[in-house]
Amino acid sequence: MGLVALAAGPVAVLGVFFVLPVSAMLGLGLWPDGELTLAPALEVLGRERTLRVLGFTVWVSAAATLGTVLLGVPTAFALHRLRIPGARAIRTLLVVPFVLPTVVVGVAFDQLLGEAGPLRFLGLGESPFAIVLAMIFFNLAVVVRTVGGAWESLDPRASEAAAALGATPWQAFRVATFPALRGAIVSAASVVFLFCATAFGLVLVLGGLKHATIETEIYLLTTVLFDLPAAAALCLLQFVVVIGLLAVAQRARRGQVAAQRVAAVRRAVRWPDLPAVVAAAVGAALVVLPIGSLLVRSVRVDGGWSFDNFRRLGVEDPTLPATVVEALGNSLRTAVDATWMAVLLGVTVAVVVTRRSHSRTERRLRGLLDGFFMLPLGVSAVTLGFGFMVALDEPPVNLRDSPLLVPIAQALVALPLVVRTLVPVLAGIDDRQRQAAASLGAGPLRTLATIDLAVVWQPLVAAAGFAFAVSLGEFGATAFLARDDAPTLPVLIFDLLGSPGAHHYGTAVAGAVLLAGVTASVMFLVERLRVPGVGGF
Amino acid sequence: MFRLDRVSVAHDGVLAVEDVSLDLPAGQVLAVLGPSGCGKSTLLRAAAGLEPLVAGRVLVDGVDQAKVPTHKRGFALMFQEGQLFNQQSVGDNIGYPLRIRRRPRAAVAARVEELLAAVGLEGYADRRPETLSGGERQRVALARAIAVSPRLLLLDEPLSALDASLRERLAADLRRVITQTGTTALLVTHDHEEAFALADAMALMRGGRVVQSGRPSEVWAAPVDEEAALFLGYDRVLSGSAAEQVLAVVGAGGVGTAVALRRSALEVVPPGADDAALRGVVRDARAAPEVVRLTVEIAGIGQLAAVAPPRETLPGPGQEVGLRVVRDRLAVVGDGSLRARNP
Repeated sequence: MGLVALAAGPVAVLGVFFVLPVSAMLGLGLWPDGELTLAPALEVLGRERTLRVLGFTVWVSAAATLGTVLLGVPTAFALHRLRIPGARAIRTLLVVPFVLPTVVVGVAFDQLLGEAGPLRFLGLGESPFAIVLAMIFFNLAVVVRTVGGAWESLDPRASEAAAALGATPWQAFRVATFPALRGAIVSAASVVFLFCATAFGLVLVLGGLKHATIETEIYLLTTVLFDLPAAAALCLLQFVVVIGLLAVAQRARRGQVAAQRVAAVRRAVRWPDLPAVVAAAVGAALVVLPIGSLLVRSVRVDGGWSFDNFRRLGVEDPTLPATVVEALGNSLRTAVDATWMAVLLGVTVAVVVTRRSHSRTERRLRGLLDGFFMLPLGVSAVTLGFGFMVALDEPPVNLRDSPLLVPIAQALVALPLVVRTLVPVLAGIDDRQRQAAASLGAGPLRTLATIDLAVVWQPLVAAAGFAFAVSLGEFGATAFLARDDAPTLPVLIFDLLGSPGAHHYGTAVAGAVLLAGVTASVMFLVERLRVPGVGGF
Repeated sequence: MFRLDRVSVAHDGVLAVEDVSLDLPAGQVLAVLGPSGCGKSTLLRAAAGLEPLVAGRVLVDGVDQAKVPTHKRGFALMFQEGQLFNQQSVGDNIGYPLRIRRRPRAAVAARVEELLAAVGLEGYADRRPETLSGGERQRVALARAIAVSPRLLLLDEPLSALDASLRERLAADLRRVITQTGTTALLVTHDHEEAFALADAMALMRGGRVVQSGRPSEVWAAPVDEEAALFLGYDRVLSGSAAEQVLAVVGAGGVGTAVALRRSALEVVPPGADDAALRGVVRDARAAPEVVRLTVEIAGIGQLAAVAPPRETLPGPGQEVGLRVVRDRLAVVGDGSLRARNP
């Protein structure tokens, strides 16, 4: 019965903030005139533009996923199996893009490859390749961390045995190493594809009106064309696709053998490792180049060096709803709220799904809850934002003007990260530890503090930091929900990009640097905690 | 006085423990011995209040514990791998039950020192649990479990994770500490040597039921059936004419009885000695440190294990030897009569 009491909170929250928005979308898409009809939805999906958008989404995501894996796997090897000076610093560096706000990534690549950028000679400014590159930049850490983690804990004796039997390094890799890593690679690739297919901010910034994915199309249909039923139909399509991809990722993960943790042994670099080392260098360059050029661009004004862009951050501009500094304040306040919500919800969910079941009924109930709590994973941020917009601004729940609307949406976006960080830690605790504590006289709360909290506090702090960073940069849901008079920093940066005038662009770049600095600092602190698995998928 | 009265525990509607009654007088150690999956750990957890009973009662000094939650029962659990709290030092682990009971800090420190001395780990208070060996961890777990003199100490295979030599030494220490402190203990294990080393009484458990109980020597001398005999460490159980042939030698038995033999039940007699009761042909011989272990073929019985005193030359295969039957290394199965006639 403790289970029911504990589960009631998250179930209620998800009921209001997940089931309600999804039902509203279903209503909008499938019950347009009060009766069930598939015709309008099918009409939207059959439009020539919709098909083009769908095709574009698939090929861009596939290309980016392929690129990320091809670059990420050798990089993972170099950084996790070889003794390379500064490998730890590079590993940290690679995570930075992953927590960079998508808008910042968009701005970084825009000014790197665009008309005035240092790489304009490549002519990629207006092409889809800019989007693909930005996606690889963004997701490289997912592959490196997931595959590298698996590689690090891989027992080297299997490939040593193969080598002893006369296998060349390549044969040993194919026979012994690759099969053990396949699960991690497939799992990482499916997650990367998911992230690419649901990427919003960077596609919106880099693609503009010319190159649209499903996500940006939903945004355009909603905010520019006011075609809500069409947007709802696309949301539902996105929902189905995402759930399917998650199922694939889940299957891949299940295939992963729980590798015995062995202490990572890194060996010296040899000549055959050259391609891997080059890949790591390219990966590092891919990360450094846009960030570096963004930094440089932020201190360039009219062809000279200047801090004017930064000086303007606090200066009021009548064409904008707020200054960058004010928007940063909004972002920080929002992120604080989103973080405590995500942590509270995430801890409860993690405890509920990991506690030992005493009977079959309880186990079944726990399985159901587990599935239910994972549902929010199946919505992209844009879908969530759209759902909130259409569902929560009228009775029974009216939060349109509530300052909590944006934090709640961001908390739901961050929730899966928190849950995924905590569940393995809690599940890894031997229940007999709790039994031993209880038998020695510790009550339930005392047991929780002695056993669970002692193990979980560090991952918890890390997860909170991660949730905070994600909220700071959240753009997909926030773009739909932020109040006009209180934009968050990513929203304001996007507004600045769309405003005419070179000084606005400069301010956007400086704002992006500021936002990147704040989120990167948070992530740096998280990394210092050295919690395994945070940011890995 | 601790008592289980007709206790049954179910997992998903299937009885894991069925109608088990056990009496454990104060200051005694009772071992529940059984193969894995027999329900012995479930029984232990039920005693601790970690599993709901579907029937029966857990009684301490006649008081039903049904309404008493685990942490208020005043018991202590000790597990196979110790289950020390890795986030705490050894001293903090041992002091944990004392701190819960809000003993003054100085008293806790003094008691921790005393307990460390009792388990032979003086000066270990500041060590981290992960730096200890398996045996040391179990010593710490024991010290932690007896820190507040529990009304009942529950031991779940306390020695099973250790290697053989360590197990023997720790068993002796465990027994010493438990008797010196007058602790009442319930032990579950699959290892009969662990049970013999620690227990004053034992109960054999199989398929959720207790099939035999009594003093270890009683149970040992008269296993209730073949399965029990093999589980208690007997090497072979003979029945029919083979059993009669062996029992005739020791002047016992009757029609339809079975006899359980240890590996050392047959001893090779020196050539020319007149007490050879059986003759056999050596099939295999290997020298162990203290004894020579043989496989011999005996007409009418088949191949059996036997021992010989260590000699310079091993008896070779094919050699015929005289054998005598050592009375206290065999047991009549399912029949107490042999023991009754030879007290």
